[in-house]
Amino acid sequence: MLRPVLPGSSKNPITVSDITPDFAAEVKRRSGTSPCLCWHCRCCTNGCPFYQAMDIGPNDVIRLVQLGLKDRALRCSAIWVCVGCHTCSSECPMAIDISAIMDTLRQMALEEGIEVVEPDILRFHEEVLKSLKRYGRAHKLEIMLRYKVRKRDWLSDIDVGLKMLAKRKLDLMPSKIKKIGELKKIFVKEDI
Amino acid sequence: MEHKIRMKLSYFPGCSLATSAKENNWSLIEICRKIGLKLIELEDWNCCGSSSAHSLNSRLALNLASRILSLAPPERPLLVACPSCNMRLRHAQHYLKENASARDEYQRLCGRPFDPYLKIMHFFELFDQIKLSDFCGKENHALNGLRFVPYYGCMLTRPPSMRREKNYYGLMENVLSSVGASPVQWSCASRCCGTFLSAAKPDFVAELVNNIVRSAHNAAAECIVTACAMCHLNLEIRCNMKDRIPVFHFSELLSLVLGSGFPKGWSSRHIVDPMPILKARELFL
Repeated sequence: MLRPVLPGSSKNPITVSDITPDFAAEVKRRSGTSPCLCWHCRCCTNGCPFYQAMDIGPNDVIRLVQLGLKDRALRCSAIWVCVGCHTCSSECPMAIDISAIMDTLRQMALEEGIEVVEPDILRFHEEVLKSLKRYGRAHKLEIMLRYKVRKRDWLSDIDVGLKMLAKRKLDLMPSKIKKIGELKKIFVKEDI
Repeated sequence: MEHKIRMKLSYFPGCSLATSAKENNWSLIEICRKIGLKLIELEDWNCCGSSSAHSLNSRLALNLASRILSLAPPERPLLVACPSCNMRLRHAQHYLKENASARDEYQRLCGRPFDPYLKIMHFFELFDQIKLSDFCGKENHALNGLRFVPYYGCMLTRPPSMRREKNYYGLMENVLSSVGASPVQWSCASRCCGTFLSAAKPDFVAELVNNIVRSAHNAAAECIVTACAMCHLNLEIRCNMKDRIPVFHFSELLSLVLGSGFPKGWSSRHIVDPMPILKARELFL
């Protein structure tokens, strides 16, 4: 896989105007972990089960944060592909909570209205949250159907869906909590 | 049955066990009954937010977990069936312990003070504290040498802030070998299954899962054992190779050991039929 050349090399120099000086400090404050501790041993990237599906590795994301290249960091696919499995932070010799950094960057990208390079992943998360707001619990069948409608893609994966129905892994009806008002309150507070 | 524990636990099944992994839920409750643990399901529990809440909004994830924590009475430990829910709840508890303003917010939201002493445990941690062979009488070779690979996925990893908590690596091997099964060494025990990317990137996850199943197959294992319902689902639905082996929930094998049997139609909930290997090992009559 051909990976993008990161800023900071002769082929891709850093322009001073691209730097947001307090970016690393902001990420540290919001994530509760210190990206500047990273010395780029690449344990995280080499151990990441999802590196093949990312444009740049976890340590590259941290490098962009250290350099203050906010826009570049918030536009990468890695922050969306990361599932938060903590394989990286278990390996990290500096005990950096890399998943927390990914969460923070993803949330900042949404707040800044930056175009999401992995729209399917965002759609899926949004459908899960809608289901939780509606029922208080995840209704997998409806989440998948609504996700498919939004993606305008009915046919791919239909075999797996039918297999899951046949094996009774998808309930037709949602399970709804009684005090759904309490859940709605939690969502409304966050404008969701 | 040599002895029983007799204890009450609060129980949080989570969305997966309540729907796609009912066989996991059923066998888990059954085992607890057999060893004398009475599970009292949390009244009106909600979803922990799964991966999606903390991906998009950390406060939302904390508040969803907080509501669940507030439902648990302080006098008994909270048993969590799903490792992912367990991580969300423990992480929320850890955060609340460290953060006074979050505790104030918790009290406003849940209408009662935060309880820092609530013991939260994942189902499989139970077997770190009890000796399974004590509960199956003289027959402690119940699994007849069944060759399995233990699959932990990401359930043993945690954020650095929780790294001082006990790690349970090797637990499934210890428990199942104490009742006659043979653990097989392999390379994918802690390789994440892909979780929600299964929906958004199915081809990528199929490759990931195929690698995991191939590795188990190459290690000459007869089956894969997992204590996570999400891993179980992904390993079953995303594997598209010819050479497949059954995937068991840890609780299913335990329930076999304790002689609980299975309800009718149980094996048909599995995509790879587990009956041939159970019959070959004379584990299911």
